[in-house]
Amino acid sequence: MTNNAVKHSEPLLRVSKRAEVVWWKGWIIRGISIVLALIACAFIIVLLTGQNPIEVYGALIKGSFGSSRKVWIMLQNLAMLLCVSLAVTPAFKMRFWNIGAEGQVLMGCLATSVCMIYLGDKLPIGLLIPIMLIASVLAGVIWAVIPAIFNANWKTNETLFTLMMNYVATQLVAFCIVFWENPLGSNTVGVINSSTQGGWLPVIFGQKYLLNILVVAALTVGLYIYLKYSKQGYEISVVGESVNTAKYVGINVKKVIIRTMAISGAICGVAGLLLVSGTDHTISTTTVGGMGFTAIMVSWLAKFNPALMTLTSFLIVFLDRGASEIATAFRLNESVADILTGVILFFIIGSEFFVNYKLNLRKKHNQGNLSASAKEGK
Amino acid sequence: MKKVLSLVLALVMVLGVFAGCGNETNVDTSSKADTTSFDEVKVGFIFLHDENSTYDKNFMDAADAATKALGLKEENVKYKTNIPETSACYDAAAELADDGCDVIFADSFGHEDHIIQAAKEFPDVQFCHATGTKEHTEKLANFHNAFASIYEGRYLAGVAAGMKLNQMITDGKITAAEAKMGYVGAYPYAEVKSGYTSFYLGAKSVCPSVTMDVKFTNSWFDIAKEKEAANALISGGCVLISQHADSEGAPKACEEAKVPNVAYNLDTSGWGPNTAIISSKINWQPYFEHMIKAVAEGTKITSDFCGGLKDDVVQMTKLNTNVAAPRHTGKA
Repeated sequence: MTNNAVKHSEPLLRVSKRAEVVWWKGWIIRGISIVLALIACAFIIVLLTGQNPIEVYGALIKGSFGSSRKVWIMLQNLAMLLCVSLAVTPAFKMRFWNIGAEGQVLMGCLATSVCMIYLGDKLPIGLLIPIMLIASVLAGVIWAVIPAIFNANWKTNETLFTLMMNYVATQLVAFCIVFWENPLGSNTVGVINSSTQGGWLPVIFGQKYLLNILVVAALTVGLYIYLKYSKQGYEISVVGESVNTAKYVGINVKKVIIRTMAISGAICGVAGLLLVSGTDHTISTTTVGGMGFTAIMVSWLAKFNPALMTLTSFLIVFLDRGASEIATAFRLNESVADILTGVILFFIIGSEFFVNYKLNLRKKHNQGNLSASAKEGK
Repeated sequence: MKKVLSLVLALVMVLGVFAGCGNETNVDTSSKADTTSFDEVKVGFIFLHDENSTYDKNFMDAADAATKALGLKEENVKYKTNIPETSACYDAAAELADDGCDVIFADSFGHEDHIIQAAKEFPDVQFCHATGTKEHTEKLANFHNAFASIYEGRYLAGVAAGMKLNQMITDGKITAAEAKMGYVGAYPYAEVKSGYTSFYLGAKSVCPSVTMDVKFTNSWFDIAKEKEAANALISGGCVLISQHADSEGAPKACEEAKVPNVAYNLDTSGWGPNTAIISSKINWQPYFEHMIKAVAEGTKITSDFCGGLKDDVVQMTKLNTNVAAPRHTGKA
């Protein structure tokens, strides 16, 4: 190996993986990316709308913190998104690509609605809530376990399977709405038991969203502990890293796949209960509103860590609430606000690359780097 | 989703008669407009989608026009777009009330229950809701329904369709027995049924041999399904298509198949220069002006408002004479 030959083969810019990332360095890179994102957005705002970017950022913040009501709405949206994100996480950690959370939550919504419509005025709330909980969890579990059984036994593609189950769930809800719609033909169920409030989750401390928020907070802590400290959580990690290793150490992979998807489905079911009984008190095919897919991003951005997911779902909800506030305050089309959201997310997701990798400029006489690059080149 | 009146056709017509009476007083107030100051009035609008939906665009254009015509300050007009028919609608209404809005309007049928919830919580704010049905059962002083006697426009659109059929019969393109129209409906719902019934009666009034097939898409907005339904009707022998659904699906299918089309909510001659005849539409501007004036002057908002052709609430778009009278362009 001659020095000359190696010199010529080295590109101007070379990407290498960072061996060890000090945690504060990662956060400096993420911080820089947010600052850069805001600067890029400022240019877009001025060019597209002619508004003052500082005022637009003010509205962005006001969307989540402008009044105590806005704070509660933000916390509620955060809780619901976080709940669905928690649900997809165990499966993702196992490298099982469950993109069917939308349908699993919707099945939970459907089960809850059935209980509210047919039992809402007949049973005391103390009995009804456990029944609704069992029904919605069961519905979520069934919807999640079907693709898991097929995958575990016959190696079906879980991505396609879970995706298709979403459509089946949507059609099931559409079918049920035909029986429940009021007035006939309107395709709208309306608020269920609006006069008696039968089957509505109770309002605690005068805040209608507080119960939802507390339930999700408890789930977050629970899942964190489960994934990090329980034996089952460890099995999930092992199966995710390598199925063969898992088999070698005697883990029953089939069982782990099905059990983990059941947990995913159960949490989805709870999300459905909170959405219908605790929030909307009605159901439509769009009740979940795409959260099943947004949750995937939340979970990935947080590297499947439930504690960090609180932050990433806050980020998504904060941007979303801010976007609609900007649209209202400046009479902009919401698409402009969505562009800003997209740019900010692009920078934040992009920053993960720079946290994990570094760029090396070609140096003139750097022996150490050269031999390293030569090794990598082979 | 969206709009919709919940009564049967007969009841819709009865309502129309009542509203007709109510509207005359409401038109009267316009003469006082210049003496009222709108500087202090704050209005909030809640829309199901944004201007990409023809349904919401129709409301947004009218809201722009009404607030401009009355000279409201721009910062006193708040739009909330893409508000689903969930508790998010209640939240949006409550936020607008927190912001000091005097009157809040929501445009979609499924918003109604959530708006009623907000109306109960904010008794000093007026809430108006398009296409809903619960004003007379809820009996709240600050919750009002509004709609239009759109069947009047549908009837006229039907007359235009019938005349086109007559022309095709005269030209020998079809026989009188082949004068079959197709109708793409969203849901088998009162509003849709009332619409196609009037459309059919309008056509029959000039072309006695006309028949009609109806297909439902089970969606208010689905470009592919509306196109598919229109094509199915055309291959089933329909020689003219009309629709009650919000996308360009049916008009574009007609343009491709060279079949005349009668549309709804907006002038579709851009999508079908060689096939679009005319559209009926609801003009919400008079209602918005009425509602804003009422809160400015402290008068009552008309209950169960239902304007028609004579109130300029139901309108016909410009007749596309290239299609309506190809050999005598310009001739009535």
